[in-house]
Amino acid sequence: MQIKPILAALRRHKAGTVLIVLQIALTLAIVCNALFIIQQRLAHLSEPTGIDEANLFVIANQWAGGSLSTAQIDAQIRADLAALRQLPSVRDATPSNSYPLRGGGWDNFVALTPEQVEPTSDAAVYLGDEHLLDTLGVKLVAGRNFRADEVGAIGLRENVVPSVVIVTRELAERMYPGGAALGKPLYAMSATPSTIVGIVERLQTQSVEAWQAAYAYQSMLWPLRQAWPIGLYYIVRAKPGQLDAAMREAPRALYAQSRQRILDPADGGSFAEIRRRAYDSDRGMAILMGVICAVLLAITAAGIVGLTSFWVGQRRKQIGVRRALGARQRDILGYFLTENLLISGGGVLLGVLLAVAMNLWLVVRFAMPPLSLAYVAVGVVLLLLLGQGAVLAPALRASKVPPVEATRSV
Amino acid sequence: MRPESPENHTDMFAYYFQLGLRSLRRNPVLTALMVMAIGFGVAASMITYSVFRAVSGNPIPAKSERLFTPQIDSWGPQQNIQGEPPYALNYVDAMALMRAHRALRQTLLYPLWLSVSPEGGRSLPVGANGYAAYGDFFPMFEVPFRYGAPWSAADDAHHAAIVVLSEALNQHLFGGADSVGREIVLGGHAYRVVGVAGHWDPKPRFFAVWGGSNGFQRDPADFYLPFTRAIDLKLDTAGNNSCRGKPDFSGWEGWLRSNCVWITPWVELEGEAEAARYRGFLESYAADQQRAGRFAWAPNVRLRDVMQWLDYLQVVPPESRIALVVALGFFVICLVNTVGLLLAKFMRRAGEIGVRRALGAPRRQIYAQYLVEAASVGLAGGVLGLLLTALGIGGVGVLFKPQIARLAQLDFPLVGLCLAVAVLATLLAAFYPAWRAAQVQPAWQLKSH
Repeated sequence: MQIKPILAALRRHKAGTVLIVLQIALTLAIVCNALFIIQQRLAHLSEPTGIDEANLFVIANQWAGGSLSTAQIDAQIRADLAALRQLPSVRDATPSNSYPLRGGGWDNFVALTPEQVEPTSDAAVYLGDEHLLDTLGVKLVAGRNFRADEVGAIGLRENVVPSVVIVTRELAERMYPGGAALGKPLYAMSATPSTIVGIVERLQTQSVEAWQAAYAYQSMLWPLRQAWPIGLYYIVRAKPGQLDAAMREAPRALYAQSRQRILDPADGGSFAEIRRRAYDSDRGMAILMGVICAVLLAITAAGIVGLTSFWVGQRRKQIGVRRALGARQRDILGYFLTENLLISGGGVLLGVLLAVAMNLWLVVRFAMPPLSLAYVAVGVVLLLLLGQGAVLAPALRASKVPPVEATRSV
Repeated sequence: MRPESPENHTDMFAYYFQLGLRSLRRNPVLTALMVMAIGFGVAASMITYSVFRAVSGNPIPAKSERLFTPQIDSWGPQQNIQGEPPYALNYVDAMALMRAHRALRQTLLYPLWLSVSPEGGRSLPVGANGYAAYGDFFPMFEVPFRYGAPWSAADDAHHAAIVVLSEALNQHLFGGADSVGREIVLGGHAYRVVGVAGHWDPKPRFFAVWGGSNGFQRDPADFYLPFTRAIDLKLDTAGNNSCRGKPDFSGWEGWLRSNCVWITPWVELEGEAEAARYRGFLESYAADQQRAGRFAWAPNVRLRDVMQWLDYLQVVPPESRIALVVALGFFVICLVNTVGLLLAKFMRRAGEIGVRRALGAPRRQIYAQYLVEAASVGLAGGVLGLLLTALGIGGVGVLFKPQIARLAQLDFPLVGLCLAVAVLATLLAAFYPAWRAAQVQPAWQLKSH
């Protein structure tokens, strides 16, 4: 295939050529970045919490009716838990201050010594009793669970730092690299140490937003019941396959204990719901980018079909002349395919530059990670194929132009 | 062909419009492609813009430059937020600002969550959210009143057990009747109703951005009660509380004396000069604390107005900004596409143009004809875009969090903007193709016919 005559012909159609090049370049820039955003959001969406989500649900329990002492609230909590654990559909239950994917909550700085001013790291704080591990379904990989006699109550604005703590492996490694954390002290914004008595495999912090990404799996468990006047969460683990039954029975069991409470329907719920809420904006972003990519590729393809059809129409006479002079249908088809490949090639070259520029802007403005070149490569192949696909129909039509066209109306 | 007289503009316009419609019908596929490109492009832009407009707007345009939130660095350079003071005040500094009273109006506030006891003890209690504030809160933020009035400075001073209800809570408790003087029980304590606010829920909720869903709270506030009373009753904050160092307190009193920040202050200042004076006052307060040994660092204070504060706390969700940028890029591609298709469409009629030009039509008339044709494509695209926008805004809940998606609305300005953008953008796209059409040489075209 001769490229020179194609280039000569393109010079006669500067405007159309430039437009297709521009359109392909812009499409490539947006599609690469959009695919990258989609991949990032989907990867984010599938990060595990480390807990037995399929069988867990959360009840947001707020106390109603006014001033109760810490002891009164704690007594009510213990009665509630006994009632929950007795339900036939329930495997275990724990009181807590929060739950993974909640969107935020209690964090403490952690340090290796009491004198340390600059903390070693940050960690999420989950409160619970000796049933916390079994309820969440997190795996203890070293050490032991809390003993019932270690669990206490924390009242309004009390500053209780427990003497024992269970941490995630991620936090253990951060504090004491090399698996040496068990039995070591940890200072969680306090002058007194908490001894690491257990290490669990994995437990996500309370937010999946970017600000918590630096310590996404650094959590610690404290043996405390949150006896605050405002309320607490009950995390309940149903027996396998009995989640629906447990979710029906648990509120009834709580109201049977006392009606002076409000169970917030907009907070907590099953983990399917909680997960959906937590990743609302990520899922939305992935859908938006997906729709925009699809429509964009369709519109670009339509544009190529439109302009190429126009060119074929314009050049019927010249095609007829070429056919009359001995060009085969294959040659005509090849001509238009090659022409499109040249134009698309120019488009993707410019597009790669635009894609990288757009990504740089996103990196600077929205702190997104830099675009991996694999996405650019995928985008380039996608657009070259799209161009060839779009040009096929007009090119086939061009190849069907009969040689007799050369003799018409000249 | 009808005579072309430049005097008869409206006639020619109508005629070109007819010609345009006829031409559009001649290549239905090409026309459909253009209309769809413009429709999709304009709809994507409008949907994302409607969200962006809702989240980035000024929630209190008339006063935003007179309302400020003071910040005082009570944590010091080793523990503050990369050199910036904490986002809120601790109780000690907050009370000191109130006592100094250097502003025209001033309030402290923090979010509350309390149970509302049901009437007659039959149904279950419900939860309500509100704020502890000073009486200045209402005139400062221009809260409308349905019944009654804000409480006074004397009520603040007397730690009065009074409450201002929202219209919604008043509807729930009193069926919407004038409840001023009635009593309600919140969190087990009785309060006398002094006022009922009219519907008021600025978005973003600029005065409670920190620790409150970033200013896009799920529900409007249900009640407001005096800050001084809330402290007496030890009503805990339902919002953020952030401490540094090794807090060694235990219990409520210790917490009030600690470095934990949880109170948002707001002041109203008349003009730049007064703002500068207030900034000076904050500096001197911090300097006093340094001298007294409470702060071991030089004064580090800020005084941001509403828009500066929203900007600093990055209230506009990055999603809505990225979505808008991507949608605009998408629209640009649609327009480039339209330029190409219009070019193809117009140049296909080069012979026709040659005839018109040979019969004496000036270039201006060719321009006019093709621009009118393009505008009719743009209008059709705009109408399609409007339909898609309406659909899209209905489904925008898929893309954004519900409390943000709810804010996107198809109102009259958006409808106008949608159509105007579609037509103007198409005209812009048509300039080059129309220019090419007008450049057609009559003689050259006629030769080959």
